[in-house]
Amino acid sequence: MDLKDTPEQAGYRAKVRAWLEEHTAEAPVLSGPGALTDPDEIVAARRAWQGKLAEGGLAGVTWPREFGGQGLGPIEQVITGQEISRAGVPGILDAIGIGMLGPTIMAHGTGEQKVRYLGPMLHGDEVWCQLFSEPAAGSDLAAVQTRARQVDGGWVLNGQKVWTTNAHFASFGLLLARTDADAPKHKGLTMFVVPMDAEGVTVRGLRQISGEAEFNEVFFDDVRLDADAVVGPVDSGWGTALTTLMFERVTIGLGSESMGYREGRFARAIASDPAACRDPEVRERLGEIAADLLAIKFQGYRTITALQRGQIPGPEAGLAKVTVVNAAIAAGELIADVLGPDGLAEDSEWAYMISFLPGLKSAGGTEEILRNTIGERVLGLPPEPRLDKGIPFSELRAKEKEATAA
Amino acid sequence: MREAARTALSRHKTIEGARDALEGGALPDLWPTAKDAGWPGLLVSEEHGGAGLGAFDAMLVMQECGRVLAGVPLLGLLPSTAILDAAGYSDIEPLASGVVRSAWLPARPPGDVIGGWTVEPRGGKARADAPSASVEGDVVTLTGTVAFVPDAPGADLLVAVGVTRDGEPVAAAVPAGVAGVAIEPVVRYDATRSLGHVTLDGATGERLEVSAADLARAWHLAQALLAAESLGAVETTLEMAVRYAKERFTFGRAIGSYQAIKHGLTEVLRRQENARSLLYYAGWAYDDRPDEFALAASAARASAGSALDFASRQNITTHGGIGATWEHDAPLFFRRGQLSRRLLGGTGDAVDRVAGELLAAA
Repeated sequence: MDLKDTPEQAGYRAKVRAWLEEHTAEAPVLSGPGALTDPDEIVAARRAWQGKLAEGGLAGVTWPREFGGQGLGPIEQVITGQEISRAGVPGILDAIGIGMLGPTIMAHGTGEQKVRYLGPMLHGDEVWCQLFSEPAAGSDLAAVQTRARQVDGGWVLNGQKVWTTNAHFASFGLLLARTDADAPKHKGLTMFVVPMDAEGVTVRGLRQISGEAEFNEVFFDDVRLDADAVVGPVDSGWGTALTTLMFERVTIGLGSESMGYREGRFARAIASDPAACRDPEVRERLGEIAADLLAIKFQGYRTITALQRGQIPGPEAGLAKVTVVNAAIAAGELIADVLGPDGLAEDSEWAYMISFLPGLKSAGGTEEILRNTIGERVLGLPPEPRLDKGIPFSELRAKEKEATAA
Repeated sequence: MREAARTALSRHKTIEGARDALEGGALPDLWPTAKDAGWPGLLVSEEHGGAGLGAFDAMLVMQECGRVLAGVPLLGLLPSTAILDAAGYSDIEPLASGVVRSAWLPARPPGDVIGGWTVEPRGGKARADAPSASVEGDVVTLTGTVAFVPDAPGADLLVAVGVTRDGEPVAAAVPAGVAGVAIEPVVRYDATRSLGHVTLDGATGERLEVSAADLARAWHLAQALLAAESLGAVETTLEMAVRYAKERFTFGRAIGSYQAIKHGLTEVLRRQENARSLLYYAGWAYDDRPDEFALAASAARASAGSALDFASRQNITTHGGIGATWEHDAPLFFRRGQLSRRLLGGTGDAVDRVAGELLAAA
């Protein structure tokens, strides 16, 4: 592993830094004096900023040139992220689109879909959302029940999605729907592009512990889709979804370090209290939290090294997320213990963090599901017996209803 | 480096030897293997006859030793050679080639709460003062006791750290045979670990021209080396437990298919990989970020120490009752973890150092 830039990487870094220095004044201010407060204004400003980043070559770094990207590798992507963070400016707004959904369309979409959607996605003209999870399909994503029924010239969509980030201002969503309920669970699924302004689409904010609504519920009532809304083959949507999930792992693998849970930030919260600084219990807790967070920082470099060698990050990247979330939970506990009830004042950054983390434990795959996957794929342990293999989805649902009624 | 170390060590029955030694048997003599592989000179620069490699390579060798519980006297040796090399010690070539073996008397550098240079006590929670030192020209005279010194028994040369009357640390190369040096061999719980209580009673040695930073660096290097050795032991316990979890069936299926077992073993993997990442950090910081080395090495020690505790217990648990029997290998790794976590200040001190470094920088 080499933590130093090669001459090429150093050259790229200098280029990115120069661009950012020239354009920092144009970036939206999201915190501190003069910060934007109106949510609509924030979204508009961040979309415009994403457009500027794209023009400067700082968005879609790994996207092929034919789709407006830079055609560079993950290292350059990481360098870009580091420099954006160093400049103290916001990054791209549509990380889900650019990191996960765009690459899925590149892999499975038609030529027309790529031409129509990728450019506006990259420039922030059209923001995207990921319409995968449902009230009864989270860990068990293939259990989605949202139905797409084929009609003359297209499809009709009915159902509900949940935990949808950015849906309230997204132009499009990538949606996983059931198209054949008589096929086994993983077989009868299809991926669609859904215009969020279509008739019958309703978006509702979902307030969380903090009181803020970062996610949404999305309802579909007889939403009419054209035939060309299908991404990838009909009834093969699970394969398409796996592509998205693979890119989600890359995003998480490279992103765990940048969730803002840094050891130095937590140390600073305590450092002004001399009694806390000398308290053996406080020090032990801080030391253990910090060791975990430092480990993840350097695991990030290991991930990059693996990417450099052409390896795709495996499910083990999920362990970094487990570590970061649990270390941050422990840090919230420690800081609240040191600061007392004031640490829980609704407007404090710590109250917000403490409220945000219980949900984050389940985001991007629950800890238990991650451990199942890693135990099986990385350690090679046998899977648990499953009761849903090879059974038509409709039959499975009937069995579940029977079991809960009994 | 890693493959060569693994192959060299595979020629010896180190794990069987670890069990036999608990009942008074002799450990396999791995010193010739270490000499052939060039390990004594890992941290000695090339112009002094060493390999001139960095901490990263030394850690890889320690990791391989840890994997098979090999009792190679590197934990005492490598920090001593780092100090001697920094001092430009004239007679270092026989040390680099392994003709002469040295051991370092560990001295903990001051922290933000415990000031002063301290050494391991014979017992109890309070650390002991480092030996007192008086300097006359090139000669240092030392008096004091350093307990639980890794690889002291049989060493030819001791690299000792003492504190002068005005509180300054000084280092000296003290031949183990000079008057006023007594080394009492001790074995505690893990017979592969050679330890000694070293008493200096007016013992004299050649003054080594090193800074306090060089001596602090040796302490943190030892933390990183012990962490690397522990990581190797974690790797073996995880492999053992995974193998068994695939073979052992209950209620008609392999126990590894149950979440209770699977999640416990992925937790071992998580801790193992965190420790490994921190060792990369330490190996990099040693050469490229010296001001972060204390933080990196302490974090690695903390992480690897608790990983080995967790892993060695999880290994026994996965095996069930058989894992807690004398004949099984699992307890040997458990013993390794138990003792390792109590050496060189203990893992608790390393955790505290992480906090201290961060609070000082905050």
